[in-house]
Amino acid sequence: MPVEIDIAKVARLARLALSEDELAGYGAQLEDILDHAERIGALPTEGVPPTSHPLPMTNAFRADEVRASLDREEVLEQAPAREGVFFRVPRILGET
Amino acid sequence: MTDLADLSIASAGVGLRRGGFSSRELTNAVIHRAAVTESHLHAYLTLDQEGARAAADRADADFSAGVDRGPLQGIPLAIKDNMTTRGIETTAGSKILSGWVPPYNATVVDKLNAGGAVLVGKTNLDEFAMGSSTENSAFGPTRNPWDTDRVPGGSSGGSAAAVAVGSALGAFGSDTGGSIRQPASLCGLVGIKPTYGMVSRYGLIAFASSLDQIGPFARDVRDAATLLEAVVGFDIRDATSYRGETPDISSLLDRGVEGMKIGILAELTGEGIAPEVDQACRAMYDKLADAGANVRELSLPAAGYALSAYYLIAPAEASANLARYDGVRYGLRVDGDTTEEMMAKTRAEGFGPEVIRRILLGTYALSAGYYDAFYGQAQKVRTLLRNEFAAAYEQVDVLVSPTSPTTAFAIGERTDDPLSMYFADVCTLPSNLAGDPSGSIPIGLDGDGLPIGFQVMAPALHEAQLFRVAAEVERLAEFEVRPALATSEVTPA
Repeated sequence: MPVEIDIAKVARLARLALSEDELAGYGAQLEDILDHAERIGALPTEGVPPTSHPLPMTNAFRADEVRASLDREEVLEQAPAREGVFFRVPRILGET
Repeated sequence: MTDLADLSIASAGVGLRRGGFSSRELTNAVIHRAAVTESHLHAYLTLDQEGARAAADRADADFSAGVDRGPLQGIPLAIKDNMTTRGIETTAGSKILSGWVPPYNATVVDKLNAGGAVLVGKTNLDEFAMGSSTENSAFGPTRNPWDTDRVPGGSSGGSAAAVAVGSALGAFGSDTGGSIRQPASLCGLVGIKPTYGMVSRYGLIAFASSLDQIGPFARDVRDAATLLEAVVGFDIRDATSYRGETPDISSLLDRGVEGMKIGILAELTGEGIAPEVDQACRAMYDKLADAGANVRELSLPAAGYALSAYYLIAPAEASANLARYDGVRYGLRVDGDTTEEMMAKTRAEGFGPEVIRRILLGTYALSAGYYDAFYGQAQKVRTLLRNEFAAAYEQVDVLVSPTSPTTAFAIGERTDDPLSMYFADVCTLPSNLAGDPSGSIPIGLDGDGLPIGFQVMAPALHEAQLFRVAAEVERLAEFEVRPALATSEVTPA
């Protein structure tokens, strides 16, 4: 069954402001790729557990020791906009 | 006399210790090689001549004082530009990070510095390591030293081109689906992806965290082992770093393959493999058998589905990892009336087409209603593949195949067809999904004079067996050709 994608919705979820033309182009390519990827549905996987990670590990703990962190000034120097010791962003409230 | 830039790491180490030449002279030779080849290749995004010469002088001072920090002291190396270097711009090949100067070093960089290595510069890559040709770099493609109309492979194409041409004696790249082994194959080099967790990912800009692994490029197997040994080991700063004892890497290099059991991975031979690549690999299977190995074909049916599973899992992880590029803390910002608008505009402007494609693909595969059919099913196929590898390794010590289904393809040939580009990784990505070590060794040239790579795969933590077979493949192949750009008098284009 050919895959159909609501590409505008996917782009909105991914926070990508794409034009109508771009959306159409990516949408067609994704449908091609997913048509190929759908082949994996043919493999019998009932009762097979998923693998999310190649190492058989659970939690990785380290000692709770005080260590030096990154220098605040050095980090803030890389910010596109700052105000004092804060990152500055456009308004957040009032969004719908 | 041999140009110093053409020495192996091992021979350069001998020369440095016997006083034949200084690290400053060696580093100057490598920088000179970069000066005459870069306009042909574009292997580097940043060349740090000043920093390299200073590091070389420190290494020379150490040698004079009798201080020896190990086999990389004074050796000029290159690093893929997705590993952070404090004070040196790090872009991951992306416009969204253009101009970013990291406030910290990747663990690999710290280890190389501690070992006295000379870091020449940061090499070009497909944006965020997503690609198989280095054409997806926001700063222009790298070209293949064997034929500058062709791609060097990717995503670590800059590291491969630099080592092949002598603008570094060795280099590091990262391999998520083949990004070290495939360019090594296309550039006639040895490239190794170690067991997942062997090398710390701290400071490696994340693409797909359950698959990414750092590894070396070298002109021979021994140099590759030396490079890998310098960077392995547990790191408290990487939660997925392997906590057990670091496995042996190089003790079996001279052992040969007599009595070893070698399996040819049936799903990665024949159909879909270029005839000349297939023939060269078959000739090597015969040579390994003549050298005393027990060679037979083994079938891993799930390997035939690895590509499909990979192109769901890797984009899914990428879509989550790349959410951090939001125009707030570093990198590019495109203004908008609200924060959300600013973020969406920044990301659309800052990411290139392949990165956008994979973010969309991953977002879709993870979204409600499609998760089970795509991402969930891909994770189960990953389990099937791991089980098949485990069963195969009960019968054989290593598995072998071609590294890349073709030799280097032309620049521009596959850029309009994402699926055909993805097929470049069909032989390499099963080892990433399994988390196993795997390497490529050059075994010859095709009719166009382009290198052919041979892949050796081993079970997790069995690097020693991988290097043992790789060393024998290298002896049997007697591949000693270098690209013309490295050996002739070249003038900058």
